[in-house]
Amino acid sequence: MDLQDLYRDIIVDHNRHPRNFRAMPDADRHADGFNPLCGDKLTLYVKLDGDRIEDVSFNGSGCAISVASASLLTESVKGKTVPEAETLFRQMHELLTRDDAQVDVPGLGKLGALSGVREFPARVKCASLCWHTLDAALHSQEQVSTE
Amino acid sequence: MSAVPAARRPSDAAFDVAAIRRDFPILERTVHGKPLAYLDNAASSQRPCAVIEAMSRYYETTHANVHRGVHTLSQEATDLFEGARDRVQRFINARSRKEIVFVRGTTEAINLVAQSYGRPRFGPGDEIVISWLEHHANIVPWQLLCQQTGATLKVAPITRAGEIDYDGFAALLSPRTRLIALAHVSNALGTIVPVQRYIRAAKERGIPVLLDGAQAVPHRQVDVQALDCDFYAFSSHKMCGPTGIGVLYGREALLREMPPWQGGGDMILAVTFEKTLYNDLPYKFEAGTPAIAEAVGLAAAIDYLDGIGMGRIAAVEHDLLDYANERLATVPELAFVGTAPEKAAVVSFTLGRVHPHDLGTILDHDGVAIRTGHHCAMPVMEFYGVPATARASFAFYNTRAEVDQLVTGLHKAREMLG
Repeated sequence: MDLQDLYRDIIVDHNRHPRNFRAMPDADRHADGFNPLCGDKLTLYVKLDGDRIEDVSFNGSGCAISVASASLLTESVKGKTVPEAETLFRQMHELLTRDDAQVDVPGLGKLGALSGVREFPARVKCASLCWHTLDAALHSQEQVSTE
Repeated sequence: MSAVPAARRPSDAAFDVAAIRRDFPILERTVHGKPLAYLDNAASSQRPCAVIEAMSRYYETTHANVHRGVHTLSQEATDLFEGARDRVQRFINARSRKEIVFVRGTTEAINLVAQSYGRPRFGPGDEIVISWLEHHANIVPWQLLCQQTGATLKVAPITRAGEIDYDGFAALLSPRTRLIALAHVSNALGTIVPVQRYIRAAKERGIPVLLDGAQAVPHRQVDVQALDCDFYAFSSHKMCGPTGIGVLYGREALLREMPPWQGGGDMILAVTFEKTLYNDLPYKFEAGTPAIAEAVGLAAAIDYLDGIGMGRIAAVEHDLLDYANERLATVPELAFVGTAPEKAAVVSFTLGRVHPHDLGTILDHDGVAIRTGHHCAMPVMEFYGVPATARASFAFYNTRAEVDQLVTGLHKAREMLG
């Protein structure tokens, strides 16, 4: 286990400069995610064009892993269809939680930078919070907690 | 904690921390290849060999159920268990062993008082006063009680330094105040609450007082008669004893009036289907087979702490606190959360843009164990407008070198994420 494997350059960059970090007053869907263990709180906003995610943004506060993960999420699902986003969610869940994950990491692009989180079990929830929140928003739930 | 703070007493002999550390096998281990610096004592302390061995010896030589058998083992186990009660009584200077109720921990002790003292007595319009400093264990049991009885919870404000605002507290007291429940020492900030003043105000109005002593008993002498409180709750596992046992001290006259809160074996004198006669104090509150080995371990922990001397422990920890404050103040962007002049050896802080949770992971890689998060005191975090803090909490077996190890880790965290 190496710290550099957790805090890779992409993660550090997205934590310092989170992308799509803003509220979206005209969002079609939004959901709040909460990680009581460390106090991560974020809101995810989605604007849909039919089945396609036209725009996605987030705000809130959290640790470097949760902020970077949310930032990377917004970049990766923008323009995707809802089923495509759900497939990504499943792949990320596997990547973060399973040692024997059958995931095409290079195919995930920048999201692959989160593969090191698996070695830090206490931090998995930080990385997955935004994905559960996106899932809740797409299914019109308004709140999700990692507990 | 009597009128003269124990921390101010000079220690009478040199304190050999290296010898003390040899009593704690766990302090020798490494974490991620680095020597462990265990600075999470407010969450749970470590155990000396004396405690571990007392419990092993009990299981190897003596174990049987207590208060039941006429056979030798049961008698010996009962003697050890009841001897532990006597040891606790002397340690906190209770008037009577009947005032010492063994429970699972501070949380259960407070719930016992809420359900057994409060629930039959309180009704709509009655008020319970707590403070913003409280641990969730001294908030939620009262919220449950309020839901059950229609009573109202009043919360005394705190200052930016992290002290209870006495005037704000006094303004909350009314003829309907039925109980005051306060932390003796804040777990999140380390503030030592000058409880004598609060107890005096309560006594003048005839209001009973419960103190949450989970963070006080491990670190300085506590004398429940000198304090003149009505209930005092603490946990074994924060004072070098085993998990799973704690103590509720209650004034005998109050405990006598309170109904049992759990039914079962051990708490009865006679049972028929028509009527059950309850056992005497303190057994009325101890339904079921108690944590016997844990009581033995707790007594051993008290012997160990008393062997060092609570005054010396307080002095050593105060010295560590001063050193930590001095060293941490040199770390750029470090902001202390809670700056009361009278503090136990707890330092809560934030570090610029570095989130406490990341800090916890980075420090762990250097072998430094601290707590990060809301410390089961979310209202305190809300008061300071932070989602979480990092908290280093010291015990007498910690060293200045471990403080330095913490500071080195903080610099590294700033380099990585600042």
